[in-house]
Amino acid sequence: MPSYQELKSQANERWQELTNGEKPWIRIGTAMCGHAAGAFQVFDAIKAELDERGIAANMDEVGCLGICYAEPLVDIQKPGRSRLFFGNVSPEDVPAIIEAYLVNDKLPENNTLGYLGENAELGAPNLADIPGIKMQQRIALRNGGNTAPNDILQYIANGGYEGLNKALFDLQPAEVIKEVTDSGLRGRGGAAFPTGVKWSFMVRAEPPKYILCNCEEGDPGAYNDKGILESDPYTLLEGMCIAGYATGATNGFVFIRHGHEGPIGRTERAIEQAYEQGLLGKNILGSDFSFEIEVALTGESYVAGEETALMEAIEGHRSMPRFRPPFPAAFGVWGHPSTINNVKSLSYAPEIISKGAEWFSNIGVNRSTGTAIVCLNGKVNYPGLYEVPMGLTLGQIVNDIGGGVPNGKSLKMLQTGGPLGGVLGADSMDVHIDFDEMREAGAIFGSGGVIVIDEDTCAVDITRNLVAFTQYESCGKCFPCRLGMEQLLQVVERIAIFDGKPEDLDLLRSIGKTMEASSLCGHGQLGFGPIRSAIQHFESDFAAHIEEKRCPTGSCLPPMIAPKSTRPYAVDYVPPQPQGTKA
Amino acid sequence: MTSLSEDLRLRIRAAINAQTKTNINVLSSLHAVLDDLGYIPEEAVEEVASSRHVTINEVWGVASFYTNFRFTPPGANSVEICWGPTCHLMGAQDIVSAVLGDLGMDNEGDTPDNMVSVKLNTCLGACSQAPVIMVNHRLIGRATVDSARAQMSKLPSSGH
Repeated sequence: MPSYQELKSQANERWQELTNGEKPWIRIGTAMCGHAAGAFQVFDAIKAELDERGIAANMDEVGCLGICYAEPLVDIQKPGRSRLFFGNVSPEDVPAIIEAYLVNDKLPENNTLGYLGENAELGAPNLADIPGIKMQQRIALRNGGNTAPNDILQYIANGGYEGLNKALFDLQPAEVIKEVTDSGLRGRGGAAFPTGVKWSFMVRAEPPKYILCNCEEGDPGAYNDKGILESDPYTLLEGMCIAGYATGATNGFVFIRHGHEGPIGRTERAIEQAYEQGLLGKNILGSDFSFEIEVALTGESYVAGEETALMEAIEGHRSMPRFRPPFPAAFGVWGHPSTINNVKSLSYAPEIISKGAEWFSNIGVNRSTGTAIVCLNGKVNYPGLYEVPMGLTLGQIVNDIGGGVPNGKSLKMLQTGGPLGGVLGADSMDVHIDFDEMREAGAIFGSGGVIVIDEDTCAVDITRNLVAFTQYESCGKCFPCRLGMEQLLQVVERIAIFDGKPEDLDLLRSIGKTMEASSLCGHGQLGFGPIRSAIQHFESDFAAHIEEKRCPTGSCLPPMIAPKSTRPYAVDYVPPQPQGTKA
Repeated sequence: MTSLSEDLRLRIRAAINAQTKTNINVLSSLHAVLDDLGYIPEEAVEEVASSRHVTINEVWGVASFYTNFRFTPPGANSVEICWGPTCHLMGAQDIVSAVLGDLGMDNEGDTPDNMVSVKLNTCLGACSQAPVIMVNHRLIGRATVDSARAQMSKLPSSGH
């Protein structure tokens, strides 16, 4: 098995070959946003055009640069030159781009966005000047959109595995935990628990011990976990190895939802490559440390993202939460000590180890160090996946990076942190992205989703959608949530269809209070959150519905169609009929 | 047992036994069957129970809990429409009404001739391109009622 130095040397050769070799290098973003924008068709069109013209080039599918509004995003790098980016490319645009730039070394008439690199390129603007790039500070997503997610040498050429190498040969496990603790890293899955402290809980336990990486990512509006897996799965794998070394764990699982083919496929291939190069398995990089990683798929269930429900799903059961205590570090999967971390949290570990805790803790503010990976979407001009230092304001995210609300409409609400995160009003633009400050403002930063809502949407409309989701995803185990969410949904739906009563708001509050006090897990405990924050900030919308039988924006008028099935029965479940009886 | 049922069982067993991971359990085995057949036949519940040494009740419990499992053969074409908050405020409900209305359906399900299965999905993961639909495993962003109808009219009659 190769040593780190040998791998690094091979990797540098590969990178040289790609960026300053014989052929141009064409990269196309084909993560889920790219896919949805039509990137695969563009890839095929480029390949066909190159074949037709007899032009040789290296082509790679890459992940997310972050400026999702510009997908499909294509960049061409001529040997030794800067990368030139083309945005919103359609298959019809491809011949003109290839002809102008590859054949005639000119800018095409359309699609040019700008260049990234040391030297200017043909008078195109510098893409690093646009807020969507300039305001980012990429750590977890440092390779997104730059390296191919399934070429491990590209990862190593850009600093990959330097962190793990340092941990294995220069640091004791306790020192690794100290680095991560001192960095101030807090869990990025929603609970914001200090990661180093969480790792320390598992140190003294007996093996086998497990690192469980949570990529269930069921929050609608959040796509940063899947984004990391599609852009740079190696940073996660390296992070899991670092966590394994620090805690004495022996095995890791990457927990992904069945059906997310891009993230699953890229992670599986990354794991294969890591094993091939001795970066997983026995005696990693020639050290005494051995670690095995495997993908585990959950079925479609939002609650499967809850720590203990996740463990149930890995074991192959219904993803229903367990009672705590015992806590995962004492009794986890199959009863063995386990630590559950979010993809983002683990993806920071390589850089924290190679660059140091002090470097990381100097980024961000207060007790929210490092970066936040924001999924900005909804009624905003520049939706995307933006990794920014903690401490930027919501206004900077929505207006400076996001370009504000389109079509001259005014901003009405922000829905943050996943459906249970609640809503904020337009007066929240000065709130800083900071776990504690946001919680005090009545919102959750959570998993990083920021959904922008304008004046055309009624608060009752968005609330009924969030509540319907929460009710649909209730696992059914504990009745405060199972029955409570059903009741909350019925009341909100009555209000939406102008059948609300004056006492409904108090009824909702009363149900919510019971759920908060007695539900088994965060799903029920936070289930009232969307309603509480919507009433707090937009009581007039609710009043219009209840007292005036009128929707202020009209968006509640079409009835909302949601899946009619609820757990535990699927839509077309038909109990088997005994043989020989009439139907 | 009819020979069709026996062939189905052989195929199911092959799918279950083809799993290469170290963590094999009821859920992973059900996924193996779903990936091969597109649905979970009654025979599969029995075969998974038998191969994992658990009760049929346990297997039904898992299969009926996760909403990606179905128990009748899927339609020749599959259409999924996201109903999450971002897609909702960007116009998803208009698309849902149009697609279901055109097919004569009032909610998720299969057309009577089983040419199309429609499912509502809580999030298709491409929120910057909302509203998002998925037609035969292909994500289509910035969908409109017109573009969704255009996709529906292009569905191959022989399936994908």
